[in-house]
Amino acid sequence: MSGTFTKSMARNIFIGGSAFFIFLFLALSFDTVRALPERDNRHNITDQVALGKKVWEDNNCVGCHSLMGEGAYFAPELANVYDRFGKSTEAIKGFIRSRPVDGIPGRRSMPQFNLSEEELDAVAQFLKWTSEINDAGWPPNIQG
Amino acid sequence: MKYQSQLVAKPYFIAAIGLFIGQIIFGLIMGLQYVIGDFLFPEIPFNVARMVHTNLLIVWLLFGFMGSAYYMIPEESETELYSPKLALALFWIFLVAGALTIVGYLAVPYARLAEMTGNDLLPTMGREFLEQPTITKIGIVVVCLGFLFNLGMTVLKGRKTSVSLVLMTGLVGLALLFLFSFYNPTNLVLDKFFWWYVVHLWVEGVWELILGAILAFVLIKTTGVDREVIEKWLYVIIAMTLITGILGTGHHYYWIGAPEYWQLIGSVFSALEPIPFFMMTVFAFNMVNKRRRDHPNRAAVLWALGTAVMAFLGAGVWGFLHTLAPVNFYTHGSQITAAHGHMAFYGAYVMIVLTMISYTMPMMRGRAAANSLKSQVVEMWAFWLMTVSMVFITLFLTGAGILQVYLQRYSDAPQAFMVVQEKVELFYWMREYAGLVFLTGLLLYVVSFFIGGKEHAEQRA
Repeated sequence: MSGTFTKSMARNIFIGGSAFFIFLFLALSFDTVRALPERDNRHNITDQVALGKKVWEDNNCVGCHSLMGEGAYFAPELANVYDRFGKSTEAIKGFIRSRPVDGIPGRRSMPQFNLSEEELDAVAQFLKWTSEINDAGWPPNIQG
Repeated sequence: MKYQSQLVAKPYFIAAIGLFIGQIIFGLIMGLQYVIGDFLFPEIPFNVARMVHTNLLIVWLLFGFMGSAYYMIPEESETELYSPKLALALFWIFLVAGALTIVGYLAVPYARLAEMTGNDLLPTMGREFLEQPTITKIGIVVVCLGFLFNLGMTVLKGRKTSVSLVLMTGLVGLALLFLFSFYNPTNLVLDKFFWWYVVHLWVEGVWELILGAILAFVLIKTTGVDREVIEKWLYVIIAMTLITGILGTGHHYYWIGAPEYWQLIGSVFSALEPIPFFMMTVFAFNMVNKRRRDHPNRAAVLWALGTAVMAFLGAGVWGFLHTLAPVNFYTHGSQITAAHGHMAFYGAYVMIVLTMISYTMPMMRGRAAANSLKSQVVEMWAFWLMTVSMVFITLFLTGAGILQVYLQRYSDAPQAFMVVQEKVELFYWMREYAGLVFLTGLLLYVVSFFIGGKEHAEQRA
């Protein structure tokens, strides 16, 4: 850091380098957004799936679970729960519906959210839709 | 303290420390829920505790950044703050809004909170770290605008230094990127893709500029090394930060539906992300070795050096451990991620805020430069207790993570999530004990503020 390398040279590297990589990142983001329709299963986003995402968010499911590996690590991964539950939306609904209000002594338990039948259907369809996104083969196996 | 208006930083720092204590208490609750699953259930379910834990962290770090900026900008600009009254008003608005949000999390079920705050009008809630009601998010934007206006006017009327320009760049970037939190499309893949524009480009982008500027400021003040030298280092470090960190965002795009080319781009650039952190370590130690004075505030210098080391370990080394796509395929969303998150946030952002508090508080409380030696010794004990226990928290979570990845994802007979969780319980218990040591360190840190005595004076080198 001595000799002829001056502060203004360092500043120019900062400005030039960041500008270049911001531009490149935006270009790649643009390309990704264009490529997504082939991968993100968007043609299957029904009103029900959209409501399912809303139910997912309004109950802060991501506060315990991960979805495609993102979220909390307290409860199982759910991007492949549809597959894990034998490709049955009924099994997903049954699990959510049957959570005991006061939990299970000594163990982790999902709260009882008192979802309506419509909300249960929606969140199950949302998880089914999520399981059909092309996510480069993640997770490694059915256990999530 | 050269300018009276720098004093507005003080309430910001006090609030930051208060919220920090809350964050750690909720961290301990969550840690216990990992091993005693029904602890506080159903009153405080895990997701609520986690939301409080992470949101308190973000809010108190923002308080810390704002306090730091209010202290630094007048001194760098060599003029009084444009409007200390605005700074104080924004402090109360931010504190009340933050407190109400936390109370909301704890008092009513989250779905009810979403309903009460009109989440249906503009749904932004229920996404990790962005759980705040939309109205709180709007409040954050308003506070940021007022804050940036106040600082911007101060910079404009005074001296413009590289430190203040870098700090302002970081803060403006923070505010601009936060706007992506209002974009929540129905398509989960798009949602996740742009969610990282807030989360990654904050902590592995613009926040590092803020970190660099604060570190540079404290080193200029405590070592007496020529500003030109320090600012040159600062530019090189933040150049490397953005050159590696922006495309490094790609390491979040491997498994969320984005094209596969991100696996290569993300792996290459995020593998380079430790470089700016390593440079920061070399920088801090070099400047302290070349110091022209022995600053009497030894605790502040310790915090500064600690930041440089722990940021490199937590963000740099622990980040690299799981950033390459073939590794991340197995480690993604496991306790390895949690381990990295803990040490990176502590090492980079918690410690830089505590560095700034350590450096400025004695002066804001009427001393010439430093607390008494007795107070500093207690503060340094707190430094070591918190830092060492955070190293152990990270190691225990890493141990849990390696086992989890092996048993659940890598072995020939993968086992179910909850089965594996019970098998790694021992590590969670150890993590909880380490967390108790951390809390002890934090309480000792608070105690150090109440230890008086004669000011520790500068000794000739």
